[in-house]
Amino acid sequence: MKEKILEIISNYNKDKTRLMDILHDIQSVAGYVDDESIELLHQELGISTSQVREVISFYHFYSNEPLGKVNIYLNDSVTAEMHGREAILETFEKECNVKEGSVSEDGEFGLFHTSCIGMNDQEPAAIINGKMFTRLTPYRVKEIVKDLKGGKDIKELIYEGDGGGRNALPEIHSMVCNNIRRRGALLTHDYTPFEVTKTVLSNTSPDEIIDVVETSNIRGRGGAGFPTGMKWKFGRKAKGDHHVIICNADEGEPGTFKDRVILTEFPELVFEGMVIGAYAVGADIGLLYLRYEYKYLLNYLNKVLDDMRSNNLLGKNINGIDGFNFDIRIQLGAGAYICGEESALIESLEGKRGEPRDKPPFPVEKGYLNYPTVVNNVETLALIPKILTKGSDWFLSLGNKASSGTKILSISGDCNYPGIYEVEWGTSIKDILDMCGALDVQAIQVAGPSGALIGEKDFGRTISYTDLPTGGSMIVFGKERNILTDVVMNFINFFIEESCGSCSTCRNMTTVLKERFTKILDGKGVPSDIDDLLNWSELLKVSRCGLGQTAANPITSSITNFRHLYENLLQKNVEFDTGFDLEESVKASCAAVGRQPILHNM
Amino acid sequence: MSKKIIATASLAGCFGCHMSILDIDERILDLVELVEFNKSPVDDIKKFTKRVDVGIIEGGCCNSENVENLKYFRENCDVLISLGECAIMGGLPALRNGIPIKECLEEAYCDGPTVGLNTEKIIPNDPELPMILDKVYPCHEVVKVDYYLPGCPPRADLIWDALVALLTGSEMDLPYEVIKFD
Repeated sequence: MKEKILEIISNYNKDKTRLMDILHDIQSVAGYVDDESIELLHQELGISTSQVREVISFYHFYSNEPLGKVNIYLNDSVTAEMHGREAILETFEKECNVKEGSVSEDGEFGLFHTSCIGMNDQEPAAIINGKMFTRLTPYRVKEIVKDLKGGKDIKELIYEGDGGGRNALPEIHSMVCNNIRRRGALLTHDYTPFEVTKTVLSNTSPDEIIDVVETSNIRGRGGAGFPTGMKWKFGRKAKGDHHVIICNADEGEPGTFKDRVILTEFPELVFEGMVIGAYAVGADIGLLYLRYEYKYLLNYLNKVLDDMRSNNLLGKNINGIDGFNFDIRIQLGAGAYICGEESALIESLEGKRGEPRDKPPFPVEKGYLNYPTVVNNVETLALIPKILTKGSDWFLSLGNKASSGTKILSISGDCNYPGIYEVEWGTSIKDILDMCGALDVQAIQVAGPSGALIGEKDFGRTISYTDLPTGGSMIVFGKERNILTDVVMNFINFFIEESCGSCSTCRNMTTVLKERFTKILDGKGVPSDIDDLLNWSELLKVSRCGLGQTAANPITSSITNFRHLYENLLQKNVEFDTGFDLEESVKASCAAVGRQPILHNM
Repeated sequence: MSKKIIATASLAGCFGCHMSILDIDERILDLVELVEFNKSPVDDIKKFTKRVDVGIIEGGCCNSENVENLKYFRENCDVLISLGECAIMGGLPALRNGIPIKECLEEAYCDGPTVGLNTEKIIPNDPELPMILDKVYPCHEVVKVDYYLPGCPPRADLIWDALVALLTGSEMDLPYEVIKFD
């Protein structure tokens, strides 16, 4: 095994910035990263063992302990729970004889929970040995486990057939469905891939390209909405030995899955967007950071890149343009929501824990390996070739004044037609709910847990950078859902799980808020608890990154729009109660020493 | 003006905060002009004999007696102050909060290096003893607390200033250095 590990390390030229890949490879041959491998990494890469360990412990899909032969990662997104996750979990536990979060005694099965895996429109879903299994039912789980025990290969287990579209390609062969329900500017097949690269770039200057992008007013589709043209301009101006274009495909906001569909059906557009961006910014290094959950797309995407290379659309002097050298490498993540934050993503690309950096300097000045780096979302990049062919006026004619173009929404939850909807900015929530067949709606979560939970009175509002900005996640909750226990609690747990732990506010306050929230759910709440939740949430705004700053949004937004749900749970006519329960708090010690609690007079 | 009445207690603390109260030195004579002490270790009054204006609590709650005492104070005091780190945050005693209580007791009475005489490995369980809480609670997690005076211990001047401000109804001067330690 030692030779194999050493071989892996030398495959990456002992480059410590490739630690992510090295750990993936070690795990795929050894099952997990053991102490001996850590020691070897320390010796060969010249980093301390604790540096290796901190990376392993940071990411969800690396392990320092033996995993099972078959590893099941069952995601705990709110829609999975709404669609029967509990029964699926119970069936897995029973059939595999294993408790969630552990490996069975015979070492056959590992069963773990994981955050949203981007399958919200086909829940409950699980990743089993790297393969995606969607729309699970207890029947299906029993069948899968039986087949696995019978020695069948994971690839043979998909009886559902492929999910349609390019999911049927042999490189993907996945049961994942695209569920494209509405096509617009981006998702329509009205463009021949690489036309811009072949016909426009050679007779257009980088500044002219940036000009068109800037005039189109396109803003980042990942959620933050930074003007793309401006970002490219900054990137072009910044000085450095190399310039870098990164495509952020670490789509981790619960409820979002549009990048998965774009990468499945339109990868050429995304990669061409990167090539155009590279030309405009003057970049020679291209990286696409693909979340580990979408690993099933990796071979396919690499094949697209290979085809581009053989057609001189990547590599040296691209399409005959002298001195335009650019190539793209796909970096696989390892399970961490925070890596969707651009500076955390860059840290991860450098083989480190995905902890956000202090800003400034911003990535456009000092990003990947301290080179000027432009980070764009998948959807943003995919739109670029179309904007350059059809012109910025065309793009400006779509959407509204503050927000030009279209937005791809990932809609899931209590609606008849979950899936992908491309709509123009400025579309109202009501129209969107009608489109997806959502009846009897109690609430809708716009832009994921870090966004806003809105109720009926706000359904007239529109998606727009000036009204309801969104990265695309929309989760619908029907009238029968318990918003606090089913939804808000799930989101609170999500942020606790995914906090990188760097800022004390985000590391601690999320848990403190959960305790106070639980107190209210337990019927011990008093009016001041609601004020406390709101006041304490303010403290999170000093966190370094967007995750921390928005981690209290599920609470503040549900208090703002559904305050009555909280108030209904408060104790009647009680002004103050800490919720302290003496009987409960002495239980453990009395049991330990073997005495009966005496609680009179207290 | 009638004298204001003060009471103090030390729960799961080290009496360091009480020492700090005494550290106001000769100003204690001025204080006696302003206040009258009721239940307090200072004068050894065990039970409240009248309604108290200001209760000062040192230490958090580590057992049922602390809880009882704290609630007794809350019932009898108009204003309650958490004095010092342990009352406000749990302090040193709260270091055990990350360890299950059973393990703490076993380490203390059965497995620790200094428990040689306890050959029968008995963890004290007399019904007369207070019951140990699962963790050490800061005072405000048990009862309503009105004010907090931080420090370990809070400096005598801070206690003095706070008491004077509270008793005379004047504004308290709290410069940055007093509330931010590095």
